[in-house]
Amino acid sequence: MKTDIILAGVGGQGILSIATCIGLAAMNENLYLKQSELHGMSQRGGAVQSHFRLSDKPIASDQIPLGKADIIISVEPMEALRYLPWLSKDATVVADSQPYINIPDYPDINEVTNEIKKLKNHILINAGELAQSIKSPKSANIVMLGAASPFLHLKLESLQDAVRELFKTKGDAVVEANLQALNIGRKASSNYAK
Amino acid sequence: MHKKLLLGVEAIAQGAIDGGLSGVYAYPGTPSTEITEYIQANPLAKERNIHRDWSANEKTAMESAIGMSYAGKRAMVCMKHVGMNVCADAFVNSAITGVNGGLVVVAADDPEMHSSQNEQDSRFYGDFALIPILEPSNQQEAYDMAYEAFELSEKVGLPVLLRITTRLAHSRATVEEKPTKNQNENSQPQHPRQFVLLPAIAKKRYAHLLSMQKEIEDIAENSPYNRLEDTPETKIGIIASGIAYNYLVENFNGQIQYPVLKIGQYPLPTKQIEYLKNKCEKIVVIEEGYPFIENKLRGIPADPKIKGKIDGTFPRQGELNADITGKAFGITPTQVYQPSNLVAARPPALCTGCSHIDMYQVLNQVMEEYGSGKVFADIGCYTLGALPPYQAINSCVDMGASITMAKGASDAGIKNAVAVIGDSTFCHSGMTGLLDAVIENTPITVLISDNSTTAMTGGQKSHGENRIQKICIGLGVDPQHVRVITPLKNKHAEMYQTIKEELEYKGVSVIISQRECVRTASRKAAKKRAAIQN
Repeated sequence: MKTDIILAGVGGQGILSIATCIGLAAMNENLYLKQSELHGMSQRGGAVQSHFRLSDKPIASDQIPLGKADIIISVEPMEALRYLPWLSKDATVVADSQPYINIPDYPDINEVTNEIKKLKNHILINAGELAQSIKSPKSANIVMLGAASPFLHLKLESLQDAVRELFKTKGDAVVEANLQALNIGRKASSNYAK
Repeated sequence: MHKKLLLGVEAIAQGAIDGGLSGVYAYPGTPSTEITEYIQANPLAKERNIHRDWSANEKTAMESAIGMSYAGKRAMVCMKHVGMNVCADAFVNSAITGVNGGLVVVAADDPEMHSSQNEQDSRFYGDFALIPILEPSNQQEAYDMAYEAFELSEKVGLPVLLRITTRLAHSRATVEEKPTKNQNENSQPQHPRQFVLLPAIAKKRYAHLLSMQKEIEDIAENSPYNRLEDTPETKIGIIASGIAYNYLVENFNGQIQYPVLKIGQYPLPTKQIEYLKNKCEKIVVIEEGYPFIENKLRGIPADPKIKGKIDGTFPRQGELNADITGKAFGITPTQVYQPSNLVAARPPALCTGCSHIDMYQVLNQVMEEYGSGKVFADIGCYTLGALPPYQAINSCVDMGASITMAKGASDAGIKNAVAVIGDSTFCHSGMTGLLDAVIENTPITVLISDNSTTAMTGGQKSHGENRIQKICIGLGVDPQHVRVITPLKNKHAEMYQTIKEELEYKGVSVIISQRECVRTASRKAAKKRAAIQN
C-alpha cells in the first residue's frame, strides 16, 4: 500500500492542519510516512504545497517524483492545476471550487473549473459553504480532508481520532464541529456527480 | 522506545535535548528557525533550564556557545547557511581553541534559494575549519547525529558541524527517541590557556588541530554513517551524500545494482573512496549543494571517470530530487499531465494590513521628487517591496547592508540615499553601520520599519522591541533627527512630511516607522481571547 498526496493552497489557508491530521492518522495505523513542506518567505500569501507520502514500506524520497501522486488535495481550484505534472494517470483531484484571488492576473474561474472537470477523477466541492452549513466556517480545510478521505487508504476512525487529537486543546465544541466537517466533506465527496 | 512525528529540524532539537544539551543559541533564519523554537516549547528543556533565548545575530550566538563549551557544558548553535558567514570568525577560531563541553554547530543550507540570497554549501566551512561534519539523510539520522555529536565533539576536543538542507529541515517523519543523557557539570578547560589565542598559543593550538586530522578521518572511515553497499558491478560506482542518497534509492526501489557509498560523515573516508574508485570504471557523485565531494575526487587534470555537477551529469544550480537523480541513470519520469497554461504565478506578498505597505506607499511618493535608484533595503518581509506594486527598493544583499550601502553610495555622491531596514535586522547587523555613518555624519536617511518582531521567520522576539530609539540616540544620532512615524492610512500626510524633512537634512537621520506586525498582533489577540475563555 502506498498513497502519495500533494496538498496545495495559498499561504495562510491552513493546508498544514490537513497534513497534521493525515500524519496523526497514519501514525495510528503504524504506516511509514514522510511529509515535506516549505516555511519562510513562500508562506506570505504565495502558492504553497506539501508532499505527503504514506506507505507500509520504508519511504526514500521526501518528495513525490513527477507522475507519481495518487491524489491532489487543493483548498483552491487554480492551485490544484499547478501540480498536474505530479499526478499519476488514474489519480484523483479533490479541490475546493472557490477561488482565492490575491493576484491581478487570476484566470477566469469557469475555465479553471472546466480544466479540473476534464480530469477523469475529480471532485470539486464548495468547502466554505459546507463548513458554513454546520456553523463552523473555520473548518473548511477539515471539510476538504473529509472529501479526500475515501482516497487516502486510511481508516475513517483513524482520521476521526486525528481530528480529536489536533483540536483537543480547543475544547469539545471545536472537536465536535471538526468531526462534523470531516463527515460532511466525506458525504459530499461520495455524493459527487461527475 | 517512544516515537514522535518530527520535522528534520525538530529531530535535531529533540536529539540535542536528549543528548544532554545545556544551551541553544541562534538567530532565526529559514530553514533553521524551528530547531530553537522546538527547544523553547519543550517541557524537558524548561525543566532542565536549557538556555533557549534568541541571540542578536549568529556571531553573538556562536560566541555564547563557545563560552558555554568553555564552562564545560554542551552547547548548540543553529543558523541558516548565510549565518555561517556572519559567525565565521568565531566559528573558525573555535576549531583552534577546541572545546571543553561538546559544541555542535547546525547549518541549514537552502539550495534552490526558497528563502535565501545564495546557495552556499556549509560543508566548505567545516572543511575550512578542519572539523568533523555530519550530514543526515533522514529525520532519524538527524536525531541520532544531534544526540551523538556532543560526545564526538568532546572526544576529539573540536566543534562538530551538522549540515542539513531545506528538504530534510522541513520534512516530517517518525523518529525513535533514545534515553535522555545527563547534562554536564561545570568544569575548566583541559588546558587552562587553550582559549587564549595569542599567536604563541594559537600556533600550538593550530599544530594540535592539524595533528587531529588523522584521527577525525579514521573516525569517519569507521563511522556507521559512511556505509559501502557493495555489489559485483564494476561499470558504475555511486557516492551519495545526505538526502541525495534517498533520491537514488527512490529510483531503484531499494534494489541498486551498482555499489553505493553512502556518505554521512566527513572528512571523507579516503579508503572506502579509493576502493570504489579503483573498482569501478565510472564514479557518479550525487550530492545536494555544491560539488564538494566531486571536486575533491576530480583533481587536476580532471579525472574523466568522476561524474557529477561539474561535468554536467547533474545541474549545478538548485535542489536535487528523485527525477533529476534518475535521469543520470537513464530513468525518465513517468509524467502524464502537462502543466495547465491557465495557472498564474502566485508570488509571496506582504500581508493585508501590513505596516510595511503604508511605509512603502509614502516612501515611493517622496522618492518621486528625489529620483530613482536611491533606496537600499535589507533582509526581511519588507524585501518584498522589490516586487510590484511597490518596486521601491534597489538592493538586498546581506543582513544590515542597507545602512552601509546607503553610506557608500552617499560617499560616492548619491544624494538623499535612504536605507530601509527592519527592527530585528537593525539589531542583528545594522547598528555598527549606523555608527560608521554617525562618525562621518554621512547624509543618509535610515528608515527603520519597526514591526516589533522578526516577522519573516514567523514572529520571533526582536531585540529591538521598545529599544530602537534609545539605541539610535545612544549611537550618537542627533535626537532631533530620530523621528517616529505611525504607518497608517490616515497618517500618510504626516509620514510624507517627516520623511521629506529628514531627506533634506544633511546628516544622519533615523525615521522609525512603528506599528506591530499584523500577524503577531492577531496571534497575541487570539492568545488573550483563549486566556479569558479558560
